[in-house]
Amino acid sequence: MDKLILYMQYPFVRYALIVGTLIALCSSLLGVTLVLKRFSFIGDGLSHVAFGAIAIASIFSIEGKMVLVLPITIISAILLLRTGQNTRVKGDAAIAMISVGALAFGYLLMNLFGTSANLTGDVCSTLFGSTSILTLTQSEVWICVVLSILVVVLFILFYNKLFAVTFDENFAKAIGTNVNGYNLLIATVIAIIIVLSMNLVGSLLISALIIFPALSAMRLFGSFKKVTVFSAFISVVCALTGIFISILAGTPVGSTIVATQVAAFAVCCLVGSVMGGIRT
Amino acid sequence: MALITVKNLAIGYDSQAILAGLSFEVNPGDYLCIIGENGSGKSTLMKTLLGLSSPLDGEIVPGDGLKKNEIGYLPQQTFIQRDFPVSVREIVISGCQSKMGFHPFYSSKQRKEAEKNMEKMGITDLADRCYRELSGGQQQRVLLARALCAAEKVLLLDEPVSGLDPDVTAEMYELIKSLNDEGLAIIMISHDIFAAMKYSDHILHIGDELFYGTKENYLIYAKEDLSKWIN
Ligand SMILES: Nc1ncnc2c1ncn2[C@@H]1O[C@H](COP(=O)(O)OP(=O)(O)O)[C@@H](O)[C@H]1O
Ligand SMILES: [Mg+2]
Repeated sequence: MDKLILYMQYPFVRYALIVGTLIALCSSLLGVTLVLKRFSFIGDGLSHVAFGAIAIASIFSIEGKMVLVLPITIISAILLLRTGQNTRVKGDAAIAMISVGALAFGYLLMNLFGTSANLTGDVCSTLFGSTSILTLTQSEVWICVVLSILVVVLFILFYNKLFAVTFDENFAKAIGTNVNGYNLLIATVIAIIIVLSMNLVGSLLISALIIFPALSAMRLFGSFKKVTVFSAFISVVCALTGIFISILAGTPVGSTIVATQVAAFAVCCLVGSVMGGIRT
Repeated sequence: MALITVKNLAIGYDSQAILAGLSFEVNPGDYLCIIGENGSGKSTLMKTLLGLSSPLDGEIVPGDGLKKNEIGYLPQQTFIQRDFPVSVREIVISGCQSKMGFHPFYSSKQRKEAEKNMEKMGITDLADRCYRELSGGQQQRVLLARALCAAEKVLLLDEPVSGLDPDVTAEMYELIKSLNDEGLAIIMISHDIFAAMKYSDHILHIGDELFYGTKENYLIYAKEDLSKWIN
């Protein structure tokens, strides 16, 4: 406990906690939609694209990687959604191509043009997040705060429409809802969330951050609203727990958080099957 | 003036026509039954009317100030994932989604509307239950209540009684009729020629031969077929 209080005095620990909470909150919000719309594959593909974009940004040593990474990821999200809407198989193949391509290309670029002495370390921390959350600068924290607020506000404003489009797209379209517009919004927000979460868990573990809280909550509750609220709650709790454990035990932040999520999922499964679900 | 006027419409998928030369109209308060064999294109016609499928030729003209958000729809099959966590109330009120305009939340009027429609369908006591735990008949009522929330002027129903047992079927037809009596125009796809004859006032028969007209004229037109069916 003393150790914790001591740590809390360091600004980078406080930053990590703020950023961790916000990112956990945002990433869980669209989890239900992603899981139920079978969009989880997009999350995976996008994180690889973001990895490629970061590689490019670091080669040209662009100040504030976000300026490059965010637009590239958003555009890819929209493109992936478009292809995914056509035929399922073609969409899947396109995603596999783009995501693996971006991954390979990014690594190649880093190898060829990388200036850093510790290349493996760089790649590793981009992929797994490792310690990067503890080295956040103040401006990165601010960007994160602004983007998180944007995501939460958008989510609340469009909650009912997002539900409608997630639940039954055809019905929504039939009665005059602008389904394509909302799908575009979902893609954009997913892209923002992914870029944000790269800071916390790295690109390979992002899907876990997005999907696990939703899956856990779905074990326990039977209404969309309750699942959404509970997955936000469990996501934040797991992120904070994970960050504390990683500080105290010196483990990598990203994988510790994901491990906590997996444990929470197991607990939810157990509780869900024992109680038959709290339902409603 | 007609709510919907269909002129020389051709429907199908990927420019492969299933049916062509369809013309009919739906007036306020009409009860139109669409009948025809399996695979004759009934559902496709309904999807085309709703804009879910594009017409290959001809036109669909909305009239009488009919707006897209005044149409209710009960699909033939609603593919809902088995594990989708959603309560009955959440589904029913989503029928009001197109009336929200730029408001982010449902108004208290819309909430009342949802409660009223749940009552009509006799599912008020299921409001907080999870949709996936309901029986087929209960699920159908939930989706009909949702359609009612959306239906201001027209209600399109694609085989609303499929999968329901006979008692519930009769009840469902009576319910739909009572909605029609309240002034809602109904377009219903049905397999059940007897129900079509009993409840509707206009018939659209699609297949190799097309027929559109009042129920009385259809009786004359299809006398032989009908007597075959009855025997
Ligand atoms: N999405 C689709 N793509 C291509 N063909 C389709 C599609 N849906 C239905 N069809 C075909 O269109 C025809 C009409 O189908 P449908 O409108 O569902 O008939 P009905 O509702 O009268 O039983 C069928 O031959 C069916 O195979
Ligand atoms: Mg059909």
